[in-house]
Amino acid sequence: MNLRGCWILFRKEVRRFTVVAMQTLLAPVISALLYLVIFSHVMADRVTMYDDLSYSSFLVPGLIMMSIIQNSFGNTSSSLVFSKVTGSITFVLLGPLSHFEFFIAFVAAAMLRALLVALAIFVAADLYIGVTVAQPIYVLVFGLLAAATLATVGFLAGVWADKFDHAATFQNFVIMPLSFLSGVFYSIHSLPDLWQTISRFNPLFYMIDGFRYGFFGQSDVAPGLSVVVMCGALAILGIIALMMLRSGYKLRT
Amino acid sequence: MPVAVSIKQLHKQFGDLTALNGIDLEINEGEIFGLLGPNGAGKSTLISIMAGLCRADSGQVTIMGRDVVKQATASRRMLGVVPQELLFDPFFKVREVLEIQAGYFGVDQKNRAWIDELLESLGLADKANSNMRALSGGMKRRVLIAQALVHKPRVLVLDEPTAGVDVDLRQSLWSFVERLHNDGTTVLLTTHYLEEAEALCERIGIMNHGELVALDSRAGLMKRYSHYQLKLRLKGATESLPSVVGEALQRREADSIWLQVADDDQHLDAILTALKLADIQILSLHTHEQTLEDLFLELTAGKAA
Repeated sequence: MNLRGCWILFRKEVRRFTVVAMQTLLAPVISALLYLVIFSHVMADRVTMYDDLSYSSFLVPGLIMMSIIQNSFGNTSSSLVFSKVTGSITFVLLGPLSHFEFFIAFVAAAMLRALLVALAIFVAADLYIGVTVAQPIYVLVFGLLAAATLATVGFLAGVWADKFDHAATFQNFVIMPLSFLSGVFYSIHSLPDLWQTISRFNPLFYMIDGFRYGFFGQSDVAPGLSVVVMCGALAILGIIALMMLRSGYKLRT
Repeated sequence: MPVAVSIKQLHKQFGDLTALNGIDLEINEGEIFGLLGPNGAGKSTLISIMAGLCRADSGQVTIMGRDVVKQATASRRMLGVVPQELLFDPFFKVREVLEIQAGYFGVDQKNRAWIDELLESLGLADKANSNMRALSGGMKRRVLIAQALVHKPRVLVLDEPTAGVDVDLRQSLWSFVERLHNDGTTVLLTTHYLEEAEALCERIGIMNHGELVALDSRAGLMKRYSHYQLKLRLKGATESLPSVVGEALQRREADSIWLQVADDDQHLDAILTALKLADIQILSLHTHEQTLEDLFLELTAGKAA
């Protein structure tokens, strides 16, 4: 194992997003807080969730999870595409890093960015409306699983994409709709039966629902099922990513 | 002599294009080997396969005995590659770039002295804390060389390292390569500058259309393919020449003939004797010895992509 090589690649990836922290850390926090301020102001007196939960409180875990999803995906995909377009990926590929070390370093850096953004939103939301956490361990497990899963999806997209436009297409036409339709702003029980069924085929729904369970102890589906779905998705995506690296797909032509 | 790089029956196809067509090559430990060829000859593909950046369709490459596919990470530890393009990561400063690259190879902080030495040797000491974006093309090229050497590889590949650099830098790079060579590093150099290959390389291979069309020591190559041109200015017309001249005749002008004669050809004596017997007076004689450039053009003439 080249642990130092893996650590250095991780640190380099972290440095890459901290150098442009305004764009990678601050901007997503501000966006999420704007959603919170606007929606909580407009909807606060009109909607309650899970019997007596305010809509503002309901919204917080969804917004945090949406930020985790978008930032973990965005970090791996943009970093890989940028490195490919500029050719600087060559320096990493020339190093004696195994496929697993290469994969882990990129995914771990993306997870760190997503979790930093999540923590900042959590703290700001707590200061603004007060946030309670019923099951911290579930919050942590779902946060980590979601960040790892979407970082892996971003990794796959980054390896596949030949230009920024490809990665943006994936982000705008796959990740964004799936995250908005996964229950960020609503409970799927408020949807017609058909849409409830369709939502259950959206893997991002399980992330948000399980994460919300960690905050309120209530969810649309059993949290155990969500953990199983997410672990399964992460394992499958991780295996695909490692197989792609092993085959040299788009990286070692 | 131990073999540093072994390439056996290497084939690579990109769609309809045959990039490499059965390359066999061995580079000895400690030598400076020059690989020449026109654009599209397959040099960079060969280097990419050596570095693991590209997969061969068939054949085998080993670096210091390590197979580049089956022992990929071990073979990469043996190899330093200076890519042809001016690649750089705009997020980092020069020293950071070198520390990161060393880190990929598992080299720890003790490497700092070697990084300092590289910065000094390559004239980068005063740029150590400059961002890569702020460097000129020549400086970026130096950083690429430092990056390739940061883990002290046994084999260094320089893919057209002096393309587009000024004379000063070219000279200092040549000195640096010679210093590495003296330290025992095996160097594979691809270049378009034939005088560079002549000046530095002990053996030279010439590639064209994915094949190695010539391979020998610099002197051997020149000797094997060597011939020189002889221009004879004759008194009188050049139409009726002794038949013995015909085989060597290349070009005929109003008062001169151009002959191509092999280096140790006894034919020359016969030609000169025949001219004398035919009472054709030689007014002047000029020779033009074949250079590596002539040889290169001859071996790749009309075939370059």
